[in-house]
Amino acid sequence: MGMAAAESQFHVLAVDDNIIDRKLIEKLLKTSSYQVTTVDSGSKALEFLGLHEDDQSSSDSPSISTNKHHQELEVNLIITDYCMPGMTGYDLLKKIKESSSLRNIPVVIMSSENVPSRISRCLEEGAEEFFLKPVRPADLNRLKPHMMKAVSKDQKQEKHEEEEEEEIQSQKHQQQQQQHHQQQSSPRPSGNSKRKAMEENLSPDRTRPRYSDIAAVV
Amino acid sequence: MDVGLMQMQGRLTDYMNSLFKEGILDSQYLELHELQDESNPGFVVEVVSLFLTDSEKLLDDLSRDLTQQNVDFKRAHAQAHKMKGSSCSIGAPRVKNACIVFQNFCQEKNIRGCLRCLQQMKQEFVLVKSKLEALFELEQQVVAAGGSLPKMQPINPSV
Repeated sequence: MGMAAAESQFHVLAVDDNIIDRKLIEKLLKTSSYQVTTVDSGSKALEFLGLHEDDQSSSDSPSISTNKHHQELEVNLIITDYCMPGMTGYDLLKKIKESSSLRNIPVVIMSSENVPSRISRCLEEGAEEFFLKPVRPADLNRLKPHMMKAVSKDQKQEKHEEEEEEEIQSQKHQQQQQQHHQQQSSPRPSGNSKRKAMEENLSPDRTRPRYSDIAAVV
Repeated sequence: MDVGLMQMQGRLTDYMNSLFKEGILDSQYLELHELQDESNPGFVVEVVSLFLTDSEKLLDDLSRDLTQQNVDFKRAHAQAHKMKGSSCSIGAPRVKNACIVFQNFCQEKNIRGCLRCLQQMKQEFVLVKSKLEALFELEQQVVAAGGSLPKMQPINPSV
């Protein structure tokens, strides 16, 4: 299933309250061969992403059939207008970055206004890019690297988790073998061999955190 | 060589150039055409039609807003922002600029300025509407005669 996702198109969620801008960004994205979903507000975006406005944890809303693990609904990038009634693009960006399940999705902000303080605020909050409207096809070339980076980050994390799992399994296997050998060697008081087996168990645990540390830093 | 078709295409090109020269349309309009392709041949007409109906509604809303007892300048500002965005996105700079001036008057809570400017916005809107309709008419004639729409570069590319 992971391999299939790599072959298929990237999926972009576009958020804009203006219908004309939605049509435009949709066409721009489709022309660049991305799969597109458009919504007209920040709250609808969060709903689509499976996150309720008032809580941070990802939960399955009964009003949509979205399943976070449903491959075709996975979002690879969010592009949002800044000026929207209710939840602004900045507010949406914040909510996404505060969510443990969504924070790795790259976010791009669009605005018709060139306000330097606004731009730096968004970038500081974690936006990857800030596009001035009207968005041009050349701007979209800047999207792919962010999506590729996020995908490889996910794959690395998956790989580390797999390797970690393998290591745990192989260590368990080794311990079992060692315990088996000890039992077969010259008789010792049972207490000692048990203590030794327990010590064998302990040491791998101290080294295990290594992988999860790396994953967290990435 | 279909001379009639060539003449039509020439007329179309001239007309487009005049619209650019007068600042009624800018290069963003051409960008829309760049996005149009065989999979979506009606894209430009679709987007422009949306702009026209949307803007007409917004202008009506604004007319109403400004005649209220207590004018909601914040709302009017937001409405103008919408129209500014749309006109910018389809490449109608004169409409866009009128919206910007209107927004300034809203911020100053200057009702007379707003009313005057609203008239300006309406005028610019009506102008771009009639020009675009004429443009589409010419394009249809070219296509109906079996011709293709000429590729355009604006004479004086605006910002």
